[in-house]
Amino acid sequence: MASYKLSINGTTHAVEADPKMPLLWVLRDLLNLTGTKYGCGMAQCGACTVHLNGNAIRSCSMPVSAVGNQKITTIEGLSTDNSHAVQQAWLAEQVPQCGYCQTGQIMSAAALLKRNPNPSDRDIDIAMQGNICRCGTYPRIRKAIHKAAALMKQPPAKGF
Amino acid sequence: MQSKNSINRRAFLKLSSFTSAALTIGFYFPALAEESTIMTAETAENLGIPLNAFISIDKTGKVFILNHRSEMGQGSFQAVPQMIAEELEVSLDDVEIAFAPGHQTKYGNQITGGSSTVRGAYKHLLRTGATAREMLLEAAAKKWTVPKEECYALNGAVIHRPSNKKLGYGELVEEAAKLTPPKTVPLKERKDYKIIGKPLPRQDNADKINGKAIFGLDKKLPGMLYAVVERSPHFLGKVKHVDDSAVRSMPGVKHVIKVQMPVFDTIREGIAIVADNTWAAMQARKALKVEWDTSGFEHLDTAGLYTRMKEDLKKPGLSQRTGGHFEAAFGKAAKKLEAVYETPYEAHACMEPLNCIADVKGDQVTIYGPIQGPDWIQRDLADRLKLPMENITVHMTFLGGGFGRKAFTDYTTEAALISKEIKAPVQVVWTREDDMTQGPFRPGAVYECKAGLNQGRIAAFQTKMAAQNMGHQWPKADKSSYNDSTTEGLSEAFINGIEHYSFADIPTDSTIPVMWWRSVYSSTNGFAYESFMDELAIAAEKDPLDFRRQHLREERYAALIDMLEEKTGWRSRAKNSGWGVAITECFKSVVGEAVKVSRQADGKLKIDRIVAVMDCGWYVNPDIIRAQVEGSIVMALGAATTHETHFADGKAVETNFHQYQMPRINDVPDIEVYIMENEEKPGGVGEPGLPPFAPALCNAIFDLTGKRIRKLPFNMKEI
Repeated sequence: MASYKLSINGTTHAVEADPKMPLLWVLRDLLNLTGTKYGCGMAQCGACTVHLNGNAIRSCSMPVSAVGNQKITTIEGLSTDNSHAVQQAWLAEQVPQCGYCQTGQIMSAAALLKRNPNPSDRDIDIAMQGNICRCGTYPRIRKAIHKAAALMKQPPAKGF
Repeated sequence: MQSKNSINRRAFLKLSSFTSAALTIGFYFPALAEESTIMTAETAENLGIPLNAFISIDKTGKVFILNHRSEMGQGSFQAVPQMIAEELEVSLDDVEIAFAPGHQTKYGNQITGGSSTVRGAYKHLLRTGATAREMLLEAAAKKWTVPKEECYALNGAVIHRPSNKKLGYGELVEEAAKLTPPKTVPLKERKDYKIIGKPLPRQDNADKINGKAIFGLDKKLPGMLYAVVERSPHFLGKVKHVDDSAVRSMPGVKHVIKVQMPVFDTIREGIAIVADNTWAAMQARKALKVEWDTSGFEHLDTAGLYTRMKEDLKKPGLSQRTGGHFEAAFGKAAKKLEAVYETPYEAHACMEPLNCIADVKGDQVTIYGPIQGPDWIQRDLADRLKLPMENITVHMTFLGGGFGRKAFTDYTTEAALISKEIKAPVQVVWTREDDMTQGPFRPGAVYECKAGLNQGRIAAFQTKMAAQNMGHQWPKADKSSYNDSTTEGLSEAFINGIEHYSFADIPTDSTIPVMWWRSVYSSTNGFAYESFMDELAIAAEKDPLDFRRQHLREERYAALIDMLEEKTGWRSRAKNSGWGVAITECFKSVVGEAVKVSRQADGKLKIDRIVAVMDCGWYVNPDIIRAQVEGSIVMALGAATTHETHFADGKAVETNFHQYQMPRINDVPDIEVYIMENEEKPGGVGEPGLPPFAPALCNAIFDLTGKRIRKLPFNMKEI
């Protein structure tokens, strides 16, 4: 066991954990941030996607000891009121069905739009290939990402 | 008063956020009754009647609904309030909804399966909403001492038409609760609907985009421990020897115990490791050494299993249904066609792996989890733990997918047995590997189809299915009984239009546990029957849609075929341009799907267009219907082209998504969904979009390439 100070959603959290414990389980079991989901445990499905210094990573395969002082953003920290452009677009396109994978999908989409504000269908396909949705919401995810890109260009963009 | 069987108002209030619920009504629907009876909670309590409590209105006019069905993405959380709000004349914004805990005596059959939430309960839900509205109207009329006919309800209030006097529902509930619900109530006409039939946004989505929605894995109880279970990797294996010496001293580990999990009429053994967090339990499991006794159990592999099914096809089948004389008519037919189709075993692979929280305290059992059949679980636990039903409470969380798997009772029973032994609340977490390898699976099936054509029409039609019969797995099952699902996927209109037909099955013997998988046997029947239909159309030298029109001679199908033609531009398509079509019927809905494929510059096949026409009759929310059809098609695409569960040495081979390849966003084009407008009764929505996709895709590939696909899954890149 070791002590870690993690910067999550702008707040520092102190945790005692096995250095090998993946960030996913630190978030879920130790900090009760359950919006980040367990899906496969081997970086195959993307349900556990969070941002590490703004980049999308799979928290199921990132040991807590490797996080250091990098800034973590989870779905709970994307906005406090569903106002992030991606969340707004997700509601407008009514993307979720069961909803389980959607927090990971949204985190992947938000990271994509941050580095590429004008993604093509192909850019979306490449960036979102790591996120599985068994409900099959893919066509709506594609539409919602285009919509979010448009929303982000409307001044004043909400949530940014 | 029989508080144990009738609605417990305090418990009900605890579930709602209400402090002042005044009017609570629901329907009482005794087994075998044709019609439900609607009454107030107070009357039910006095009579000792087990009321299905569904609506409550408080003194501020807020409406609270207890949903008796699970929400696994299919939209019951939206469809149920839309139906009630329509008749109650309230805005959806004033409606709050929560899951009803599992209680068979209170809520009746709660299993969420067979795409039945709307089609099974719409009449009762509409009547319940209308009854509350009529009682509120009567209460207002009494208060004003005016005739009830002069009053109308609008947006959560009663208005007196001549004087424009107005009272909100909240001001009327106490008075209304004293009234006897009317026996008959007027229902609104469809043309007057303001909420039903509208694509209103799902209310559960706000919490599904920010992490607030609580799925089974997200639920936590005070003092709760976490468990993972090392179960026999072989179906039916038993624990021979355990070495847990390295495990017990590992950080966080609290208990290591042997557990049993009932799977139909068999028991699967395992070793549960209980720890203070999920990761600690998973790590300790890796250090566990278990020797399994698998002697006496068949170590089957996929090749052997399918050889057996094909051998089974040579046996005489158990007949579900026959008409005329197939053999004689087939013998005399001008043109004869025979084909064998194969479909694979599949995992459900819900994105939320199985999990369950159990808290057994003395003779009280509380369950929380992603659950499709709360009342089944209640009954199962009562049997196994020898407790009265009312001691067992089953709470449904949101389900991260269900597809039939979460209607089973194995995972909940196992969790209860662990909690009972360790005397603490425990969450049993299935890893993805557990979820994918333990089953139950969708049974694979092999079909032998035969038909005879005379003058371009089907004169004789026969199918034989070799597959495991799900019903034969239960204790004391009659294994000589036929599978009553061999006609699933086909419409009655089709069967009625053929003079000589025969549908039969041969139950294939296997220890692999099998279970419903989205659209059940239609998911495999559809591929065989609608691929064969295409082969017959081509043999008859008919256009595939014309051929179907000729054999589906009812207005409903003709209208659906017209729509498919219009939306695809069917008549103007070029010859062999890669169009395929299929039409199936499942859970009282008819769905036609058309697929267009082309060959790309790199030589690989690509799906250009997917057009679906859904006829589910009377419907509630068109956007949810479109979403369900889109999702059904993606799930069908996976089972047709990317994934399959194989078996080797009596174990499932594919353990995680690196082997069980799901369709990804780049595999899925836009999907066009059109909904038929008609006066048919409501049909299912969550499943019927699945069966026609695989045959439509394969028929399209035949149209383009001349290659007939008779075995699923196939690799699109290799065609």
